[in-house]
Amino acid sequence: MPKLIKGVGCPYCGSSCDDLEVLVSDDETKVLEVHNACIIGNNLFHHANDPTRPRLPRQRQPDGSMKEIPYEEAIDWMAKTMLAAKKPLIYGFGSTNCEGMSAVGRIAEKSGAVLDNCATICHGPSFLAIFDNGYPSCTLGEAKNRADVVVFWGCNPMHAHPRHTSRYSIFPRGYFTQKGQMQRTVLSIDPRETDTAKLADVHLMLDQGHDYELFDAFRTVLRGHDIPEVVAGIPREKIKESVEIMKKAKFCMIFFGMGCTHTDGRNHNVDIAISLTRDLNEHTKASIMAMRGHYNIAGPGQVWSWQFGFPYCIDLSKGTHAHMNPGETSSVDLAMRDEVDCFVNVGADAGAHFPIQAVQHLKKHPFITVDPNFCMASEIADLHIPVRIAGVDEPGVVYRMDNVPIQFKAVLKGLPGVPSDEELFDRVYERMCELTKTAPVWLAAKEDRKYPHSPQVVS
Amino acid sequence: MATVTLKPTKTPEIMLEGYSITPDAFAGKTPAQIAALPAHEGKIHVTLGDFFAVTGESGATAADTNILIAGDCSRVKYIGSKMTAGTVTLNGNADMYVGGWMKGGKIHVKGNVDSFCGIQMEGGELLVDGNAGNHVGCAYRGDWRGMKGGTIRIRGSAGNDIGTFMLGGTIIIEKDAFIHVSTHAEGGTVIIKGDVEGRVGGQMVKGDMYVLGKIKFMMPGYQKVGTIEKEVDGVTATFDHYIGDLGERHGKSRGQIVYANLYLKAAA
Amino acid sequence: MASGEIIIKGGYVVDPTRKIDGDVSDVAIRDGKIVDKVSSSAKVIDAKGKVVMAGGVDVHSHVAGPKVNVGRLMRPEDKLLSGFCRSGMAQKNGYRMESGFSIPSTFKTGYDYARMGYGFVMEAAMPPLHSPHVHEEIHDTPIIDEAALPVFGNNWFVMDYLRKGEVENTAAYIAWLLKATKGYGVKVVNPGGTAAWGWGLNCISLDDPVPYFETTPREIITGLLKANEYLGLPHSMHVHQNDLGNPGNYKVTIESLKISEGVKPRNKFGREQVLHSTHLQFHSYKGENWGTFESGAKEVMDYVNRNKAITIDTGNVTLDETTTMTADGPFEHHLHGLNHLKWANVDVEMETAAGVVPYVYDPNIKVCNIQWAIGLELALFAKDMNRTFITTDHPNAGPFTRYPRVIKWLMSRKAREATLGSFKHKDKVIEATHLHSIDRELTLFEIAQMTRSGPAKCLGLSNLYGGLAPGMIADVGVFDLNYKSMPSDPDKIESAFQRAACFIKSGEIVVKDGEVVSNGHKKTVWVNVNMAENPQVKRDIAQSFTKDYTVQLENYSVRDYLAPHPYVINVDVEA
Repeated sequence: MPKLIKGVGCPYCGSSCDDLEVLVSDDETKVLEVHNACIIGNNLFHHANDPTRPRLPRQRQPDGSMKEIPYEEAIDWMAKTMLAAKKPLIYGFGSTNCEGMSAVGRIAEKSGAVLDNCATICHGPSFLAIFDNGYPSCTLGEAKNRADVVVFWGCNPMHAHPRHTSRYSIFPRGYFTQKGQMQRTVLSIDPRETDTAKLADVHLMLDQGHDYELFDAFRTVLRGHDIPEVVAGIPREKIKESVEIMKKAKFCMIFFGMGCTHTDGRNHNVDIAISLTRDLNEHTKASIMAMRGHYNIAGPGQVWSWQFGFPYCIDLSKGTHAHMNPGETSSVDLAMRDEVDCFVNVGADAGAHFPIQAVQHLKKHPFITVDPNFCMASEIADLHIPVRIAGVDEPGVVYRMDNVPIQFKAVLKGLPGVPSDEELFDRVYERMCELTKTAPVWLAAKEDRKYPHSPQVVS
Repeated sequence: MATVTLKPTKTPEIMLEGYSITPDAFAGKTPAQIAALPAHEGKIHVTLGDFFAVTGESGATAADTNILIAGDCSRVKYIGSKMTAGTVTLNGNADMYVGGWMKGGKIHVKGNVDSFCGIQMEGGELLVDGNAGNHVGCAYRGDWRGMKGGTIRIRGSAGNDIGTFMLGGTIIIEKDAFIHVSTHAEGGTVIIKGDVEGRVGGQMVKGDMYVLGKIKFMMPGYQKVGTIEKEVDGVTATFDHYIGDLGERHGKSRGQIVYANLYLKAAA
Repeated sequence: MASGEIIIKGGYVVDPTRKIDGDVSDVAIRDGKIVDKVSSSAKVIDAKGKVVMAGGVDVHSHVAGPKVNVGRLMRPEDKLLSGFCRSGMAQKNGYRMESGFSIPSTFKTGYDYARMGYGFVMEAAMPPLHSPHVHEEIHDTPIIDEAALPVFGNNWFVMDYLRKGEVENTAAYIAWLLKATKGYGVKVVNPGGTAAWGWGLNCISLDDPVPYFETTPREIITGLLKANEYLGLPHSMHVHQNDLGNPGNYKVTIESLKISEGVKPRNKFGREQVLHSTHLQFHSYKGENWGTFESGAKEVMDYVNRNKAITIDTGNVTLDETTTMTADGPFEHHLHGLNHLKWANVDVEMETAAGVVPYVYDPNIKVCNIQWAIGLELALFAKDMNRTFITTDHPNAGPFTRYPRVIKWLMSRKAREATLGSFKHKDKVIEATHLHSIDRELTLFEIAQMTRSGPAKCLGLSNLYGGLAPGMIADVGVFDLNYKSMPSDPDKIESAFQRAACFIKSGEIVVKDGEVVSNGHKKTVWVNVNMAENPQVKRDIAQSFTKDYTVQLENYSVRDYLAPHPYVINVDVEA
């Protein structure tokens, strides 16, 4: 009998929907049907059925071919290579659980590595803006239950976050928004006529790369000053109308995306959006949120902030302290400047997403990919170690785009012998400790997790 | 005054963190002691002697110590960072953080410098004959206390983020700059003698900016209030005087709102 | 838990639970517990000439969870200021990286508390929706035992039940939520005000209506007091009153405290109070505005001293650069309007909110000086030190690592006067406060009451923590202070409490000569209420998750593996 598993989390986008229902085969090895998911989420579950999924690590041979090797050997090689490097870089974590992100912290400390995640090429500029200007935000339920004005600035959820608009932002009927879409005014600020823009009540089609000026115009109008006739290609009257809509909102929710973080000025575009949100709070209630890309890309920002004090770009090469300064300790900058001599790509694809010069520099040194599937980064790597898929055959905590932790389930049994990210990193750490003749430091709770016993109960 | 000469002998494979290259660290030490000063190449503890031949002598105090680096330091960070007195002269390029957190003394780089030069500088003088990367005289990430004092002069061009969160001191860029000048600043003076792409004085609370070339894209939050003749860094010219950023908060002084000032050289 | 035997020999024992004040005696430990005696093969720790106390118990500290982490994330400069913080020995032993000053990383939090001889810390505000996050952080905080208080004062269920006067339904919801979040008790922050903040508003007085919910802060406090005693929880309601941080708020504070009159403590845990009023310093302000700002500590403590049903913690301002963070969302918005520094806000659907703003308590600013004085006055005016606890509302009034400095100020008038004398506006501060005229110097016994026996009793944990009686958890600190001849230099008091000469956590030596020597074996303490199922509450919860929440009910409760070393306190409620 196939089993229907309810309340399943989706390992695709930052919406981290946890209302999926997945029908799996009786032996829990095949996904049969996926309900409630968007088309991309649906496909991700079916990918897990792929019979060609790698089951063993593969190491590059002198002739350039890849050869399957046992996990023991791969773990040994990874431990030795990272320990020997002067400055290893560990990058990725867009698609894994927090348990893996936590476990990798030990390896990073032990090998004096730089620890970075995909935010570095995505919402990293948003972090910089948060450092400089804060983050007046909320959980997605607040948007659902209260927001009557929703602004999408440089983002297109209709494509990038397919269920965002129906679960949280445009269509849902919430506690104070019983009429759903009818009760919401939607603004889209985007140089392209995206499907989100088509859905919006107001579309400001600004000149590409001039978000900062347009935000400044909004703020200037909000403070009662005049602005030039046209700013960033948008006529003054149109800007004034939009400001009026936001100011008169009961609850104004601003979502922003890569249109802000990946045009000139980057962090400053987000920074001034935060300033605008602050200003709006003098008139009404306003909140802002980054449209984070992956289902757990908010995770490393959380886990590493509590472990090291920084969300990304963490240089642990000095034993004395952690150091962070994006622009210096960010993956692409390190790679472009040839500042690292070992690269570990985890649950992301630097091969596909980094500039070619960066990849060329990285390829001069040992290149390790940890990923459940074949990808560009696995195919150019010296060592590819497959792991289980968090959210499909491995459970764990993920952080949604609003930093709400969601406890994901596994729907399938993992491939035999294939470890989770956490197990793999723990084994690499144990090997590093053996090699350096040091005692592993599991915090006490961690030991218990590895060797669980029944809770001590008193009354 | 005594001079210590560092001659580069080896290019670092990764990148050398030369945080000991300051008159403060060198003062009162023999060349052998200086060569033994710590540095980092990645996680490896190295010494200055691993990468430089050290000759000459140091003074008793930082103020009495000159450092001459006779060669290229394109891959050496933190030269002259946190120094309080004395001088550093570099006959070549330098990597990041030249003069970062500097409190006094003088640094002269005859080549180019990479990003974060003069970050959170408090005093002293930083002179660069070539170009600078991004973040000249800016604040450290998250800190609202940027450059507080001293002077940075870049004879060439600079990238983005000049004087972010600046509170005091002077930055002069003799050629062009890209975007973001004095963003979030609450004081200090930035002089750009060439052209700027845009975003001059965004979110700026207080302070002065002079642009002697052109600004391609003006911030909408700046308003022209007059025309004024002024002398700035040896140039006398007529400037259009703008105040802003009108979108940002501003304090009051004697009942008057204090805005940031942008002086843009008037078209001839 | 260590099984070995330890004997701490010849120290001056200070243990208010047994009214022992400086007697020279031995403390014996076996299997993680204090015992009467041990065999001759026990490991001997020589405490001769030193003070021996139970492990410290912190009743209120923000150390784990979303807003703490927003603070860490948002403030890289907090790490830059703290500099190189991992010692050579920690590096050599491979202990986890430490970072941060006002909001230390989880590793540093655990290590720093242990270095100060603290064994138990209460995370003061857990947003229920984020409870898995709180437990993940607790998991990564070494050595210290921890528990967390979920916030209830602005919860939509609670407000809905209480406006209808339904105390039993409120209690049933509390029982469910404590279980779901693995929480410890009932925390209330700016009751009604934080809910109003959802629309950008606030509740300043006790009778301000909460928008939409047709209730008031007074009704919420009253109802939760009753519900807490209906359940008979180990801890009382733990409240952060309305109108925090504003001149003149001492009146609202006293009015709020008065609500406790007539409610009797009902529990099996030895707890005598029904209301814990937290970080009282922020609530004891007189004056009309910041210009006329002055201390209201005397008025507030006159009331507290009379009402035995109240315990308090001080919330001492330590004159540092720190990071404020509270579920009082409207207050943080107000604060950022005053200092213009970066502001983070997290409104949590159906439940609560939080704000974070960095703050510099500048010794050259009169208001900060007065705040500093008020915190100390509260303790110095207190008559019952077993109801008065030292906190800094970490990190709001200062980091917890300043407790030793607060102790120094409380124990030494000389130290207080030295700090007071260093202020630019000294005379104005003296005029606006009482501190200069107070001669009282607290004793080590009183300090032990305020940091050990008192908070443990207030939390309903006096059978486990805060004392050295046989059977209790063997959390024992040895401090380099000579009871018989206290140092004339007050700084030596601070340094002795900053770095314990030795700290034993659950029978295991975790700190020696001020250095961490073990990662210990920590526990997560939570309260499990057993009571008859309440069908209406069950239905209400199910319906709310279907309609209003954005997560599924089945994914909401904290899974067991996230709190892998639980210490569960069962509370049975008879129908």
